[in-house]
Amino acid sequence: MTQITNDDVQRLAHLSSLQLSDDEVSGLRTDIQEILGYVEQLNELDTTGVEPTYQVTDLENVWRDDVVDTYNLGRDELLSLAPASEAAQIKVPKVL
Amino acid sequence: MSKISDFIGLSARANVEAAIAKAREHESFHALLSLTEERALARADQVDRGEINGKLAGVPFIAKDNFLTLGGTTTAASKILENFQAPLQATAIEKLEAEGAICIGKANLDAFAHGGSTENSAYGPTKNAVDQERVAGGSSGGSAVAVALGIVPFTLGTDTGGSIRQPASFNGVVGVKPTYGTVSRFGVVAMASSTDTIGVMTQTADDAALLMSIISGKDTRDMTTLDNFFTPAQPEQGLRIGIIKESMTDDVDPEVRATTRAYVERLKAAGHTVEEVSLSLLKYALGIYYIVVPAEISSNLGRYDGVRYGKRAEAKVLSELYGKSRDEGFMTENKRRIMIGSYVLSSGFFDAYYQKAQKARTLLINEFNALFETFDALLSPTAPTPAFKLGENSEDPIKMYLADVMTVPASLAGLPAISVPAGQSESGLPIGVQLIGARRQDARLLALAAQLEEK
Repeated sequence: MTQITNDDVQRLAHLSSLQLSDDEVSGLRTDIQEILGYVEQLNELDTTGVEPTYQVTDLENVWRDDVVDTYNLGRDELLSLAPASEAAQIKVPKVL
Repeated sequence: MSKISDFIGLSARANVEAAIAKAREHESFHALLSLTEERALARADQVDRGEINGKLAGVPFIAKDNFLTLGGTTTAASKILENFQAPLQATAIEKLEAEGAICIGKANLDAFAHGGSTENSAYGPTKNAVDQERVAGGSSGGSAVAVALGIVPFTLGTDTGGSIRQPASFNGVVGVKPTYGTVSRFGVVAMASSTDTIGVMTQTADDAALLMSIISGKDTRDMTTLDNFFTPAQPEQGLRIGIIKESMTDDVDPEVRATTRAYVERLKAAGHTVEEVSLSLLKYALGIYYIVVPAEISSNLGRYDGVRYGKRAEAKVLSELYGKSRDEGFMTENKRRIMIGSYVLSSGFFDAYYQKAQKARTLLINEFNALFETFDALLSPTAPTPAFKLGENSEDPIKMYLADVMTVPASLAGLPAISVPAGQSESGLPIGVQLIGARRQDARLLALAAQLEEK
């Protein structure tokens, strides 16, 4: 069975853009380990030569015209949803 | 009993006021997260003045709080969307409003629809309609309880792995998860795109059929939608129905099994034949589901980053802003699923988990297809137990996931499935059964259910 360490949890948190607090890590480690252990029962199934199914729509390549749809929304209306904005831009703290 | 027909032809304002009063009277169940009274009354007055007409003129309803609606907040029962005011409405809401229906408020759910009990709501759990010490089921728990209590004649829900059917079973109402692609998901908070569906909860199968015929159909804003095939069907005679034997094992609550067997007798009495069939991959469906769905969740929930909308944490640099906004804004179950998704999609594990699960999914679909060559519908309990106690499963994610063991197979295969009330436990807890059909056979399932309803 797959062993998950606290470092693995931190790595997954990083991949998921989650800054976990220290007291969350060990609980999540146990949960993730158990869930991965559970799903490993799929190894009992022989899937040699089976094609994977990624979607169940019956549809293929649905096209639309390449035209802009504004959904009747204006720029200011959308900007007002952002926690911070300035000069018609969404504002964030420094990147580095 | 609260049916759509009870609301037609009356004053819309009186309908809306009565529904809101009832919602307030039943506040202790915590079925609702918000009321949109002002907008609802304004629309009711428009209906009463004859400015809006339609098949649902003046009928009040409630939407699960992961549907974008005007006139209030859309939180997905999460902290990160606590004050989010949608700038537009979901297509399903627009279609109901075009027929004169009036949304009076938003129903509680597990945050981002991750859960099977509505205990993962950031705003506290919904209580079961019959027993306040028990869960509502989930994730559309608030929607189920609102219908069961008769606050409104119908609610909208979403079902990714059982989130309409299981709470419908726990509260004694009808719940419809349609064929994948039946109803546009535009304007609905995405969870797992390959199994997310939109459906309704009602007191009768006929009401559900009417509503599905209204909200179904192609939408250029959701490229996965099918042309509208949903027209209410006539009851049929002599259907062949298969009862899934793997859903009736000793692991399943004896009262649930007895209720399901009693439903079999009613099907036979109505002139249908029922035979035992095997869906041998049933026991693997949860394993497939808890790889595929977290993978899709990890991707879909990437958009909640505290930048463009939603709540933003205090931070000095951008990466910290993302990390802290998401840590503070998501519930533990959201984080579990996102991280499992990141794991199964990550380099080195993709083939062993994600690819393996999607291959197993093909095998499951093949098994369903073979059964539908012979059978018109499949029957199983909707859930292995009646509603469990609040807190009983919340410490153990796997135990919680097992509540969806009967419902996830149809989700993975994109098949229509409905839960209908079938009876009660000795202590009075509702028990539902599930009918599963071949693709696009949704209306036939509802006609069958209607045939068996006690009129």
